Amino acid sequence: MEFGFTTAAYVVAAVLFILSLGGLSGQESAKRAVWYGIAGMALAVFATLIGPGSGLWLLSILLIAGGGIIGWYVAKKVEMTEMPQLVAAMHSLVGLAAVFVGFNAHFELVRVLGMEPEAREALTGFAELLAHKSVVEQNILRVELFLGIFIGAVTFTGSVVAYGKLAGKLTSAATKLPGGHALNAGAAALSVICLIWYFNSGGFFPLFIMTLAALFIGYHLIMGIGGADMPVVVSMLNSYSGWAAAAIGFSLGNDLLIVVGALVGSSGAILSYIMCKAMNRSFISVILGGFGGTAGPAMEIEGEQVAIDADGVATALNEADSVIIVPGYGMAVAQAQSAVADLTRKLRAAGKEVRFAIHPVAGRLPGHMNVLLAEAKVPYDIVMEMDEINEDFPSTDVVIVIGSNDIVNPAAQEDPNSPIAGMPVLEVWKAKQVFVSKRGQGTGYSGIENPLFYKENTRMFYGDAKASIDSLLPKIS
Amino acid sequence: MKIGAPKEIEAGENRVAMTPDSAVQLQKLGYDCLIEAGAGEKAGFADADYEAAGVSVVKTAAALWKDADIIAKVRIPNETELKRLTADKTLISFFNPAGNEEGMELAKAKGANVIAMEMVPRISRAQKMDALSSMANIAGYRAVIEAGNNYGRFFTGQITAAGKVPPAKVLVVGAGVAGLAAIGTSTSLGAITYAFDVRPEVAEQVESMGAEFVYLDFEEEAQDGAATGGYASVQSEEFRNAQLAKFRELAPEVDIVITTALIPNRPAPKLWTEDMVAAMKPGSVIVDLAAERGGNVEGTVMDEKVVTENGVTIIGYTDFPSRMASQASTLYATNIRHMMTDLTPEKDGQVVHNMEDDVIRGATVTYQGEITFPPPPPKVQAIAAQPKKDAPKELTPEERRAQEVAAFKAQTRQQVTLLAVGGGLILLAGLYAPASFMQHFIVFVLSVFVGFQVIWGVAHSLHTPLMAVTNAISSIIILGALMQIGSGSWLVILLAGLSVFMAGINIFGGFLVTRRMLAMFQKS
Repeated sequence: MEFGFTTAAYVVAAVLFILSLGGLSGQESAKRAVWYGIAGMALAVFATLIGPGSGLWLLSILLIAGGGIIGWYVAKKVEMTEMPQLVAAMHSLVGLAAVFVGFNAHFELVRVLGMEPEAREALTGFAELLAHKSVVEQNILRVELFLGIFIGAVTFTGSVVAYGKLAGKLTSAATKLPGGHALNAGAAALSVICLIWYFNSGGFFPLFIMTLAALFIGYHLIMGIGGADMPVVVSMLNSYSGWAAAAIGFSLGNDLLIVVGALVGSSGAILSYIMCKAMNRSFISVILGGFGGTAGPAMEIEGEQVAIDADGVATALNEADSVIIVPGYGMAVAQAQSAVADLTRKLRAAGKEVRFAIHPVAGRLPGHMNVLLAEAKVPYDIVMEMDEINEDFPSTDVVIVIGSNDIVNPAAQEDPNSPIAGMPVLEVWKAKQVFVSKRGQGTGYSGIENPLFYKENTRMFYGDAKASIDSLLPKIS
Repeated sequence: MKIGAPKEIEAGENRVAMTPDSAVQLQKLGYDCLIEAGAGEKAGFADADYEAAGVSVVKTAAALWKDADIIAKVRIPNETELKRLTADKTLISFFNPAGNEEGMELAKAKGANVIAMEMVPRISRAQKMDALSSMANIAGYRAVIEAGNNYGRFFTGQITAAGKVPPAKVLVVGAGVAGLAAIGTSTSLGAITYAFDVRPEVAEQVESMGAEFVYLDFEEEAQDGAATGGYASVQSEEFRNAQLAKFRELAPEVDIVITTALIPNRPAPKLWTEDMVAAMKPGSVIVDLAAERGGNVEGTVMDEKVVTENGVTIIGYTDFPSRMASQASTLYATNIRHMMTDLTPEKDGQVVHNMEDDVIRGATVTYQGEITFPPPPPKVQAIAAQPKKDAPKELTPEERRAQEVAAFKAQTRQQVTLLAVGGGLILLAGLYAPASFMQHFIVFVLSVFVGFQVIWGVAHSLHTPLMAVTNAISSIIILGALMQIGSGSWLVILLAGLSVFMAGINIFGGFLVTRRMLAMFQKS
């Protein structure tokens, strides 16, 4: 009876989770969707607590409550600019939990196999499930938990490193140990050997060696990826945490784990795909880090970077009818989003059309800019995606580029030899006037000169983004 | 060195190549300035003004040509003037090198360096010395003023106590510099302005000036204006016919026509034929800015104003800039001054005739006893070439149908292959794996499928909340830990407990932060 109830609860929870993800297709329905997710999770946990196999439920509830308080505190306190590192940190928790659960499954399996057949009959809960497995099923179980631990361990260290990079605690440049990807390949090969070993021996030692190898792969792989590729990395880790949960679900024979793991896994995979597409790079090349070699000498750039002061920008803004703002990671770094929002409000109050153009890989997390602008109370219906707004640049009076570089680089279209040739970019240079707010001269993450800065209709507005925008505010009438 | 501007000897030419203002700037470059007595008079600059600006006034032309090292002129120099050149002199002037063989030969024989102002290449850097553009600008402006002078009505529409006045309708043919200036003047006077150009890419410029662009019902591979340096080129016969048909349709409506169509080094195309002139209302005015090259209008007489039988005035003046001599001289003198700036990189009053420089090389027609016309093409493209657009070819219905069928087939083939391979793999797994595994596996495959379907629908702007919420629900791993916590050894309990704790952080943190983010998204 109890088991039937748990399964039924799982079905309901799975449906709720799917609805919760599907609801994110629109800003309004999303607000409802998150409640579906919460309800689904509550139901799943409740059903498991009263279901078969669980015990120590008082301890469980205490632990959940303890974790919950910490989670609640962190979620309340986090700054929106720190979202990427928070997400990365949370992925690492899921990864570690997957490793622990996988280890437990192994310990239980060993314990159960060590018992007499009569003693097995008396087992309850998870152990009972294990006790009824045939030899083939046990072997499959081993592969499953092995995979779960492997993915979980990669996710754990990978996320920790990603967190460090995003939080600025580690250098965001791509660094590799001597040996480069050969080390990763070696560690992966070691893991495969461990799998065969574990398969034959069933001991804990190969599992442990594999865990160390996987931890190393996660660390080294993500260390070798630079800061601007983080949107791909974070969504990739998101995907991994899902697959880890699914693999653990297989080994525990729990369908809800499988369903949710698969949902999360495919979600992360799609996000990674979208991000890669937006950078016109293959997933492999992102993971292997760095930009590919150029096909020839870069196109020569004619002209010079012309600087402008706040008065000049303000005059142009006062005269403009339509303005598009292109924010990038630099806006997040300078915490300029509320200044930008103030500017937007002032310009809109003056009857000008102000919109935002968001490139899919702007920032360090998919959708990062949208969240920052939303935090600063910029209405979401003036925040446009690249495809929605790219055709409007020629009819725009003023474009302000704040802290973005490669995503507005015309070389992607004009110079077939450029390393970013073919990457979809925001065609800001087609506007009548472009102002680029930037800390100083210099190239972006990819190290590519940006011909935009040398165009005749471009003026460079040097300085810290927040200070620059703040200095504009009093001058806008 | 000395730079001098003689009095223009061409009859009716009122401009002068140096103004008191430009002389001050030239002196800053280290030059001494000379002017022939009375040279600026017709343009409104008295000799006293020049003297006040530090310019020496020279009595005769002969003395000036002898004294000056650099001579700046407006009109194409005649034989007498060219004979005054010597090997150490530089002449800067309009020269019409393409149609002035004798002039070039003479200058070559004399050994003088000649810079032709109309040959300044059309690149951004040289815009400040582009005298053709400055003159065309004036011509466009003046064309509207002349038209207004001969047109017996208001430009702007008015409703007065004495009745309603309809606005004039102006058609500007050719939206080059002169055309755009005419459009601007005409719209600011209040007329309804139409404009036509063979280069569709200027439609935007036309519309930005407040005029309406006249589109033809004609599909042709649009030519890239960049290939010809921003100038128009010859059109195909079909295009011409479509164009004339459109003009015929417009002729009875418009009150004023201003034609500015010129193709470099060719006679002006005839665009406004006799029947169009005949179709116009009495009192209408046509200003033909191409009169010097034969005119765009049938019936134009160069340098004259004629009135046709049906009362249409056709103005064929060629001296519009000269009619605004003061303005024209100011702009031309500034163009010359910028040319001198480029010729004097050290600002020490010494000309450095750098034949490596695109602009100077392009404009020089004779140099050290050699004819250097025509110049090689400039290294820099005048206008960035438009990326070649792959115009989607108009498909016949059959072709389109065939294409759709082919695409459908390809898609079907792809899907069937994928399904077959996927299905085959699953069946293969099913052969070997136990039933209990397959049950879970089916759930897994279906979930992945559902996941892919659902996630594609997520809005781009909600990707961060999506990550946060997937993060929260991936803590479903807590179920595994909860199932284990009750069974087995203390180690299992410890690890499971830790897992439960971490997943707890994730569940609450993930959902709360998602809620916080979503609450921030607000509609305006």
